[in-house]
Amino acid sequence: MSVINAVTCPICGCLCDDIEVTVVNNEVVKVKNGCAVCEAKYMGYKSEHRIRQPLIRKDGKLVPVSMNEAVHKAAEILANANYPILYGWSSTNCEAQRVGVELAEEVGGVLDNTAVVCHGPSLMGTQEVGIPTSTLGQIRHRADVIIYWGCDPWSAHPRHLERYTIFTEGRFEDSEWKSYLNKVKAAAGKKKLLSAQRAGLSKKAPATVAESVVFNKPPETLQKEGRKLIVIDVRKSMTAEMADYFIQVEPNKDYELMQALRALVKDEELDVDQVAGVPVEYLKEVVETLVNCKFGVIFFGMGLTQSAGKFRNIEVAISLTRDLNMRTKFLIMPMRGHFNVAGANIVFAWQSGYAFGVDFSLGYPRYNPGETTSMDVLLRGESDAALVIASDPGATFPKRAVQSLVKNPLIVIDPHMNATAMLGDVVFPSAFVGIEVEGTAYRMDNVPLPLKKVVEPPEGILSDEELLKKILEEVKSIKAQKTKQKAEGA
Amino acid sequence: MTELLIKNGFVFDPLNGINGEKMDIAIRDGKIVASVNDSRAKKIDATGLTVMPGAVDIHTHIAGGEVNTGRMIRPEDHVKDVVRKTALTRSGTGYSIPSTFVTGYRYSKMGYTTVMNPSMAPLGAKHTHEELNDIPLLDKATFPLIGDWWFVLEYLQKGDLEGCARHVAWMMETTKGYAIKIVNPGGLESWGFGRNVHSIDDVVPNFGITPREIICGLAKVNTMLNLPHSIHLHTNNLGIPGNYVTTLETMKALESVPTDGKPICHITHLQFSSFAGDNWGNMKSAAEEISKYINNHSHMTFDMGQVIFTDTTTMTADGPFEYTLYQLSGHKWVNSDVETETSGGIIPMRYKRKSAVNATQWSIGLELALLIEDPWKMFMTTDHPNAGPFFAYPKIIAWLTSKKARMATLAKCHKKAQKKSLLPSIKRELSLYELAIVTRAGQARALGLKGKGHLGVGADADVAIYNINPETLDIAVKYKTARKAFDSAAYTIKDGVVVVKDGEVVQNVDGRTMWLDIKTAEQIKVDEEMKRKFKQYWTVEYENYPVFDHYLKVPEAITVKASV
Amino acid sequence: MMQQKLHVTLLTGRTIEQGVGKEYGKSSPEYYEACSMVYMDADDMQKLGVKNGTNVLVTTPNGSVVLKAVKYPRSAIPGLIYIPYGPWANSIVSNATTSIGMPSFKGTPAEVEAAPDQPVLSMKELLKKEFGR
Repeated sequence: MSVINAVTCPICGCLCDDIEVTVVNNEVVKVKNGCAVCEAKYMGYKSEHRIRQPLIRKDGKLVPVSMNEAVHKAAEILANANYPILYGWSSTNCEAQRVGVELAEEVGGVLDNTAVVCHGPSLMGTQEVGIPTSTLGQIRHRADVIIYWGCDPWSAHPRHLERYTIFTEGRFEDSEWKSYLNKVKAAAGKKKLLSAQRAGLSKKAPATVAESVVFNKPPETLQKEGRKLIVIDVRKSMTAEMADYFIQVEPNKDYELMQALRALVKDEELDVDQVAGVPVEYLKEVVETLVNCKFGVIFFGMGLTQSAGKFRNIEVAISLTRDLNMRTKFLIMPMRGHFNVAGANIVFAWQSGYAFGVDFSLGYPRYNPGETTSMDVLLRGESDAALVIASDPGATFPKRAVQSLVKNPLIVIDPHMNATAMLGDVVFPSAFVGIEVEGTAYRMDNVPLPLKKVVEPPEGILSDEELLKKILEEVKSIKAQKTKQKAEGA
Repeated sequence: MTELLIKNGFVFDPLNGINGEKMDIAIRDGKIVASVNDSRAKKIDATGLTVMPGAVDIHTHIAGGEVNTGRMIRPEDHVKDVVRKTALTRSGTGYSIPSTFVTGYRYSKMGYTTVMNPSMAPLGAKHTHEELNDIPLLDKATFPLIGDWWFVLEYLQKGDLEGCARHVAWMMETTKGYAIKIVNPGGLESWGFGRNVHSIDDVVPNFGITPREIICGLAKVNTMLNLPHSIHLHTNNLGIPGNYVTTLETMKALESVPTDGKPICHITHLQFSSFAGDNWGNMKSAAEEISKYINNHSHMTFDMGQVIFTDTTTMTADGPFEYTLYQLSGHKWVNSDVETETSGGIIPMRYKRKSAVNATQWSIGLELALLIEDPWKMFMTTDHPNAGPFFAYPKIIAWLTSKKARMATLAKCHKKAQKKSLLPSIKRELSLYELAIVTRAGQARALGLKGKGHLGVGADADVAIYNINPETLDIAVKYKTARKAFDSAAYTIKDGVVVVKDGEVVQNVDGRTMWLDIKTAEQIKVDEEMKRKFKQYWTVEYENYPVFDHYLKVPEAITVKASV
Repeated sequence: MMQQKLHVTLLTGRTIEQGVGKEYGKSSPEYYEACSMVYMDADDMQKLGVKNGTNVLVTTPNGSVVLKAVKYPRSAIPGLIYIPYGPWANSIVSNATTSIGMPSFKGTPAEVEAAPDQPVLSMKELLKKEFGR
């Protein structure tokens, strides 16, 4: 038995690196410190849902083949394609992503990562107005106002609150955990908290505290010393239940609400009674809290990037933060989803200049969202092959995009038999990055962290990086052969 | 065994006192040697060409979080400058923040073989090294930012220099760094709460220490550790009218630090620290005051931070300064504070001839370089990409070596700036020998790189050959011809391998990443107390903080014996 | 008053159960349970005569899908429905990227009606139906 500490959890953008993993006979038997999703991953990696060997679709069915056959087939598809898509990349390490850029360049394809359906709009927003931000520790040490807008960390980034924001001890700010517990106890008694804990979802499960606060005045505690948590969402999420103040914004009206806040930050008068369903007098009190804080931060998620306005929502959220910096210190950060989607953006950018939606078809990198983004290429039916790695567009893309993906040869690299693998033509099993393969990943605040290998992968199962290198070599050799044949023909 | 003989070139090798002599340079297995077997060695006929050591850049932001964020937020910078894939080279983009491969190719094409990445947040050190690995054809090193590192502030506040020194030694190893970088000391910690320091005697909130104490303390630590380079300083109040007073005070403060004759501090991008006046309307050059002081003292070295009239991207750990630029410009603005360590910011910038301030900045850089008499003190940089992209260096060479060239540019500048400029009164034109000092020999010496910047026996075989015949070409007159020659080296040789010919990459090699392995008498104790503190200060585990050896593709550890 | 059909705004998004399910594996029962459902407002359910756990048919211009209706536990969300990310949600979400790469996963119109007799498809059945594989 061995106990490995300081393991980085390869799931979400929190990239918690304090996980303790117990291994017996090359198998993870216990996980400490992680959230429910973390435990599921470390228990699920060895499940029956894994792909065991390379598969190729023959007569409509996926059948096992040798590694060489699969590599050759995949390389042939890519080498013969005019405009292939190479998509995914967010749940693998930077080492594999580096090979991916070279492969995309070699085959003249469209290289894209899952940011396109996640925080691509956020990247576009920063291209308009920049982004005042920081690493998460800065927030832990200093933030006294924390806003989650259009995101629900309790569900999507379960340990974000306890590691980086409201429930963490900083040098200049204290954790609000105790006072929150007191509030919960007073409101609901201990029973509910315990039952939530028993459900095993998190050590810090919220208990139901109050009724919908949408039409409630901001509480006086919003002016108190210490950290304050504000949640803005279209529905009362798990995180919203823990908030000092929850603002329920009408769907698709975030943009309006933010512009109203901007006006109020600049001491302009609004000549309406309410904006996006929220009374203006309450908004004024909120703004009072924002401009008087020592250090504020806005975390935002898909509630802004995927609803009406999309990147314009982000642009205005950042603009609000910029305005607030004329009054106090205020920062903003996207809640990145996949554990290394930030890394995919970073690696793509250092090699090509662009973070996502990179088109190599002209021999040099090009980027134009709406044109060179995988989603649009698929919806217009322009691509003629695809390689999908470390993601599952079969389950995450709209139907019509998936139909377009399936119409052409589809290569899939993944540890699990996911929706895309079920639809694939050539399917490679790969080792789990961060469990069976080491490497580097970037946290949501762009801090690089090492991923550990805690167990050996199943026999014959290669890493993403190794598989990609094999495919790249084979593509090069096929292309060299073609050139030779052409020369001989001439 | 590979041998190479560069025959009959005009050699400029200032560290060995060679000034344009016609001679051969022999290379064996990547090193300069006294002679090689004349019949066996591959030969390069350098007749009528200028031969210099490979150029060295002491300060260029080419890798890491800040640089890459700059790439991500500026697609408009790349779209106008694209680089195609070839059979030999990777594709990429420029312009002011080129992709990694393109950075290597473009430096090499100009005869550069060694570059220093001067700004690295320790927490992001892995990122910096991952990018450096993807920059081909160059030797590299990188400087961790430690002037506002909490451990340093606490040690210096307590007056525990030895403890501080041991921690800094540990930090160099942990980040695989090469020199102590200090940016707006005290200002970056203050910026954590949106504040700044405004003189070297302002007290840093919550830490009870002043910039003066940080700078002098770390200069002493640097000496105790016997580091090859001095502390590398970006001064307080950078980029603010009237800041030359702070710069002078900083230099005077450093006189108190004992030295055995070696410079104890390098003030980088001096142009940005040499503004007189008290607002942007009356801002003017303080080059006279600054250069006068420097000509009378020898405890420091400097580089230019020369402004280029183009569209570029400013990026610095000086978060409060970038905030000032944001307030001035309203342009897209990145702020990127790093817990416990530093801050950072980015603002795109177009330096315009027709802006009085920009044109004055342009003039200040050249005035400083020309008025500081000793070329071993003042080196050529643009603080890439802050004052301009590095591939504009041939332009600066023309301005430094040709009065005609700089007067031609000055004539196109804002009238107010023209009137205030000292350039018309300055006759000095750098010779090729002096140019070799400010572009390689001086930089290598200041960095303490023994095998770089010269062509003596035992040096690394990094050589640049330019299509300039000093007997027939007067570079002060034909500055455009010279500019072309420096833009596109006839040959660049890296570790004895011809990597560039006629301005084109002909061979791909990986450069090394140099880092300091500092041997202290008493090693730092990584005990439970330190681990506990670590957990409090950072949001990553102690075990995951260091840059492990495998993060460096081609590592070169330079062992330093400290006197603590 | 009972209604045949309800016009609503469709949101898709994360739930912790979906997160757990996807890590066990997309073909796991946990994933199926977590993703083949729709959160609805309690009053809206009453209007449709739908109980907790009854199947409903959700229709958009992009298609229809049968899901298990679940009462949203924490607040009133009149006029909203919330489907966890997954192939079920994606068989009906809007693919309008407004030319920036991002489909409209949140805030598009949909209709809900009771469908107690129609089955919720498994992922395999769903993929077969939508993509023929």
